[in-house]
Amino acid sequence: MSDFPTSAKVVVIGAGIVGNCLVGHLARLGWTDLVLLDKGPLPNPGGSTGHASNFIFPVDHNKEMALLGEQSANQYRDMNLSVDSGGIEVARTQERMDELQRRMTSAKAWGIEAHLLDPAQVKELVPFVNEDVILGGFYCPTVSVVDSLETGTVMRKEAIEKAGCQVFANTEVLDILTDDNPRPNGRRKVTGVVTDKGTIDAEYVVVACGVWSNQIAYMADTYIPLVPAVHQMADVGPLDVLAETNNEIGYPIVRDMDTFCYERQSAGSMEVGSYAHRPILHHPDEIPSNEEAALSPTEMPFTADDFDQQMEEAIELMDMLGDAEIKYAINGLLSLTPDAMPCLGELPDVENFWAASAVWVKEGPGMAQVVAEWMTHGYPRVIDSHGADVARFYDEEKSDEHIWARASEHFNKTYGIVHPAEQWDSRRHLVQAPFKSRQEALGAEFFQARVWERPQWYTSNADLVERYGLEERPVEWDNRWWNPITVGEHLNLRENCGLIDLSAFQIYELEGPGAVEFADYLAVNKIDVPVGRSVYTPWLNQDGGFHSDLTMMRMAEDRVRIVTGVFDGGRDEFWVRKHMPNDGSVTFTNLTKQISTLGLWGPNAPAVLGQLTDHNLSYEGSPYGSYRPVTIAGVECHLFRISYVGDTGWEVYMPWDEAGTVFDAIMEAGEDHGLRITGGGVYSLSGRIEKGYRLMGAELESEYNPVEAGLARPKVKAADFIGKEAYLAAREAGAEVQCVTLIVDDNVDSDGNERFMQGGNEPILTPDGERIVDSHGRVSRVTTAGYSPSLGKNLLMGYLPNALAVPGTKLQSMYMNELYSCTVVGSGAAFDPEDTRLKS
Amino acid sequence: MKILCCVKRVPAPGAKINVTADGQDVDAAHLGFTTSPHEECAVEGAVQLIEEHGGEVTVLTLGTGDAEEQLRYAVSVGATHGVLVEADTIQWDPQRTAQAITAAVQELEVDEPFDLIMFGNESADAGGFQVGIRTAMALGRPIVQGIKGVEIGDDTITARREIDGGFEVYKLPRPAVLGIKEGLNLPRYPTMKGRLASKKVELNSITASAAEGGQVRVKLHRPEETVSETVILGTGAEAAAAVVDVLDELGVL
Amino acid sequence: MLLVILEHENGQLVEAAREALTFGRVLAEKMGKDLEAAIIGSDDDDLVEAAGQYGAETVHTVTHDLLTDYGPDACGSVIAQMVESLDPDAVLSCGSDRGNEFMANAAARLDAPFVANCTDVNPGDTWEMTRVQWGGSLLEDATLTADVPLLTCGLHAVAAEIGDEEDADTEAFDVDLDESVTITMVKDRVVQEAGVTLPTAPVVVGGGRGVGSENGFGQLEELANLLGGRVGCSRAVTNLGWRPHADQVGQTGTRIAPEIYIASGISGAIQHWVGAMASKHILAINIDKESNMVTKADWAVIGDLHEVIPAIIAEVQSRKG
Repeated sequence: MSDFPTSAKVVVIGAGIVGNCLVGHLARLGWTDLVLLDKGPLPNPGGSTGHASNFIFPVDHNKEMALLGEQSANQYRDMNLSVDSGGIEVARTQERMDELQRRMTSAKAWGIEAHLLDPAQVKELVPFVNEDVILGGFYCPTVSVVDSLETGTVMRKEAIEKAGCQVFANTEVLDILTDDNPRPNGRRKVTGVVTDKGTIDAEYVVVACGVWSNQIAYMADTYIPLVPAVHQMADVGPLDVLAETNNEIGYPIVRDMDTFCYERQSAGSMEVGSYAHRPILHHPDEIPSNEEAALSPTEMPFTADDFDQQMEEAIELMDMLGDAEIKYAINGLLSLTPDAMPCLGELPDVENFWAASAVWVKEGPGMAQVVAEWMTHGYPRVIDSHGADVARFYDEEKSDEHIWARASEHFNKTYGIVHPAEQWDSRRHLVQAPFKSRQEALGAEFFQARVWERPQWYTSNADLVERYGLEERPVEWDNRWWNPITVGEHLNLRENCGLIDLSAFQIYELEGPGAVEFADYLAVNKIDVPVGRSVYTPWLNQDGGFHSDLTMMRMAEDRVRIVTGVFDGGRDEFWVRKHMPNDGSVTFTNLTKQISTLGLWGPNAPAVLGQLTDHNLSYEGSPYGSYRPVTIAGVECHLFRISYVGDTGWEVYMPWDEAGTVFDAIMEAGEDHGLRITGGGVYSLSGRIEKGYRLMGAELESEYNPVEAGLARPKVKAADFIGKEAYLAAREAGAEVQCVTLIVDDNVDSDGNERFMQGGNEPILTPDGERIVDSHGRVSRVTTAGYSPSLGKNLLMGYLPNALAVPGTKLQSMYMNELYSCTVVGSGAAFDPEDTRLKS
Repeated sequence: MKILCCVKRVPAPGAKINVTADGQDVDAAHLGFTTSPHEECAVEGAVQLIEEHGGEVTVLTLGTGDAEEQLRYAVSVGATHGVLVEADTIQWDPQRTAQAITAAVQELEVDEPFDLIMFGNESADAGGFQVGIRTAMALGRPIVQGIKGVEIGDDTITARREIDGGFEVYKLPRPAVLGIKEGLNLPRYPTMKGRLASKKVELNSITASAAEGGQVRVKLHRPEETVSETVILGTGAEAAAAVVDVLDELGVL
Repeated sequence: MLLVILEHENGQLVEAAREALTFGRVLAEKMGKDLEAAIIGSDDDDLVEAAGQYGAETVHTVTHDLLTDYGPDACGSVIAQMVESLDPDAVLSCGSDRGNEFMANAAARLDAPFVANCTDVNPGDTWEMTRVQWGGSLLEDATLTADVPLLTCGLHAVAAEIGDEEDADTEAFDVDLDESVTITMVKDRVVQEAGVTLPTAPVVVGGGRGVGSENGFGQLEELANLLGGRVGCSRAVTNLGWRPHADQVGQTGTRIAPEIYIASGISGAIQHWVGAMASKHILAINIDKESNMVTKADWAVIGDLHEVIPAIIAEVQSRKG
């Protein structure tokens, strides 16, 4: 028996699919001195992995989930612990049939074989299906069934053999040790783990604890936002037709999408699983120990009442289930996060304390690899993981109240039809701009960006619909979460001017003797510029891919302001804190809720603002990129000459408490200049897509570098910055792909209806309908899609290989499984490519 | 043929049972519930008998509304009727329990007696070993315990009871009562249809009143754990020699 | 006096009877009363002598034409009459199958309370006792108020121990019995197997879910045969249909008391432990060194039972020559 270690380089807590694969991947990346712990026994410690349904449906609309699912499926295949059983998502409603068209589109994008079947064809593959209750099915032959328990065992053994990983089962973590003194960067550092067998000093600690993860995080006074939730499953049998296959799985898995259930063969029985019951959430304290549990801690007693309706519906689809015995049924526990994405990455407030949680078996190996690479290289290489980054959460999202409300809301959407622009019902109006009451008075239709409410359009602008002769879109899906008012606001901005609420900007300041140098270390472009100048710049990771894309202002000799978007605030703040020097030469302040911002743009913007200030608003007095203090209506503001909508104007920064005064002053000044309050639909989408402006998280991701994105400046600064070496190499090598805009030539579908592309990730195809994949395996897909009011056309953005990126090239895009021809505009803007409006 | 099964709702624990802070009950916070194992076999046995002979099975339980779960479960595996004898708690002492059940049976036996009443030999939790016997004797019917085999003839019920190396045979006239032991059969699981049908069945309810008996529970507690060191003889096949040394020492080789 | 009802079979006291007398000696002393015994259906001298060796001062023997075999009503009726005539301060038997049965029967006749399976009893105006719940996994402290307490001591709660080995006095006890008591008498016996049975086997080789299949038990049977023992199993195994219920070691199965119980691939849920805990020694074979069974065992081998058991078989064969 080996003695219990007193120190280790890495302690991984949790030996489910993630923890096991993680030590395996760390070993492959050369890590040694690893310890793996679990409070349960091995090989099955009793977490969610132990009762998982173990199948992978690879098609997902979300890129991270789809690609990591596929990547994981291949890892399972490589280990020979996978069987391609095939799977069919059946539709009972027309609405679902439409969604299956969307599935086909995503399948095409990711290169996954898929077919649409009619009921008779479904029945051919699954003879015991009642074809009368379905309208069709989406069949994916590469749906696979895996042995997650054995996979974990194999990966764990690899870690033991390759890296001498020590493994301790039946060892419970009692506390996480951190040093008590936060540094200037506001972070503490993890120092070790206290277990019931002794304390281990550790340089890195990883939480791969599934449903217990948040509880472990609490031990370090931090959060991994997730909640244990029930997902019911029952094993019914014996069923002759299944037993006769003499196979663990001989028939394709069926997902009965409209009833939120699945039926998966398990030797001679059918496993029926459900996401249809009421959300049943549990506090981690309610999870029994391994000893107390009748089955296992995450196999909780079955509440039969909650399953009855699903039983009826399952019998409707497969009559034979009615006479099968219910041999095993559980309320199985899995982890739900507020936004249904996993929690991976370094915890923002605790250095070297990592999360690898809320991961399904279907992405287990892949996400373990993500975390291992992240720990090794500073950012994952296998895929851009911003959606799963645990640093993404704002404080309001970390409370149990928020987690429970959101988890309850999205649980029943696990097989749901979720619109790309769909808004949450629960937990709204958490954070609002200071002009909230004015916005409400103007009929704001609020959309939520993480925790911030932003008006998407205003009903007080309804008259613009008539003014510009606008119409609703003919197909309901395209019209959902959309209103022609937003087109009117866009046209009015381009004709007159618009005022847009930008209070959700995340604003930070770095101050101190080391502030500028540090700012230069983060950014590609030079920050050491004269006071009052701003710099639009990417921040790269060590491999030269995008981590952030934002603006930095030289406020003073030793003060730099950073302005980034609301969707990136969590990750960007973490990145700053992580890399900040701790010698006291730099301080970090978050000014987000102290500074409010409004955007004023349009041909009349200078005239409007001119009434409120004597400041020289010409290009000489207010040059593009300048950041100047100005008094408006007695309030000290800053004018930032920049435009993300392609018309001249400014971002106006003002103290939060006085923002209302400025708002009123501008609105009044604009009355005679056609100024309208304008929503995020223009700022985030129509304005930007007309100008081809790239967006972090859409066009800009870690998988692409600034050269490919067309954001590389002529020169590279002398100062060192994160990713400089990789960036220089990328410049040297040149880009094989370019970020471009395309125009959809004809948007009329086969029913004769005009369609309006949205959602993103649709494939861009050759005229022959083939996928376009570059030498790095990156597929050409729509990164942003939107309607251009100025051009009256749908626009798409994406990356194309140089040969196809030539303006005028004819290509195709798919939308809802139909092909539409499009033409490449090029890497510049589709509208006003010379930027005349900005220079006016 | 009319058969009555009397069942009890008990928690379904794992490898460790916890007691509530006040020591009065098993801490069932994280536990599921089930019908006590002997009685699960009784219900299966009764269902098999009516499948063979025709008739009805009534399942009765003394308990709170929660115990309806067990009645419905019994219906889902083939019982016909369910009767809840409603009490404020299921922890009545055995005399009181038997009294209440006897009164309930008498209420149910409007026209004619149940041909057979089946109890579990003892309940998995309290294990009083007497409720069936008291009830049978109050009803003036013969009862034998430990039964693992039942056959019903025209006038006689033949019951088998396992003893070391074989079994004893009892022959009781109808109507009779039996204390059943697990092993009578391997109970079936409910079918999906059975489960759905059980939801629609209307359960009867009888209010119970009975006097407290002479046995009073004070508290529950866990037996003292004798901590002993387990000697690890080795890992895997290489430990065989050490094992056989032990067997030799014990004289069982 | 404390009256102990003694079970007997084929002219011998059964182990349960010896345990009851051992328990009764302690209780009688606490009560400050004499210890007396009852033998129903026989007046055999050997039985009386044995009763005396284990501490009974007086043995009441009951014979009657109708007492030809065991029957709960016959015994219960006799005990009830003894209570009425002999006026004991309390009546005790052992909590064997029959013991609990006939004591409950007597209690019903007397409309008196009966407390089964006690591990510790203290007399008083109100009696206090500790009794077994969940087969022994939990204990209940209880009180008993009754004119004549009726009790059984838990099977194997004490080990039988010879007392002062004094000669006991004998008294014949007259009973009034009618035909009705024969209704519940044993009518027939069937012997199914000679030789070693699970409750009496000196060695039991048990298998749990870890055995993996019905066929997997072949190795266990081989080992059991080599050692002159029997195969047992957990409830999970009988629920899966791999072994008959007769092989089940557990609270609702069989309680074993072998010299050694070799528990392989068994995690040790409480209801199984209840059936196994009377084993004199336990060897656990398991891949999880912290499973309940391993923790409670005297010895353990950590490993896959399908590798370990064949190795043990080979070793045993080689030593036996």
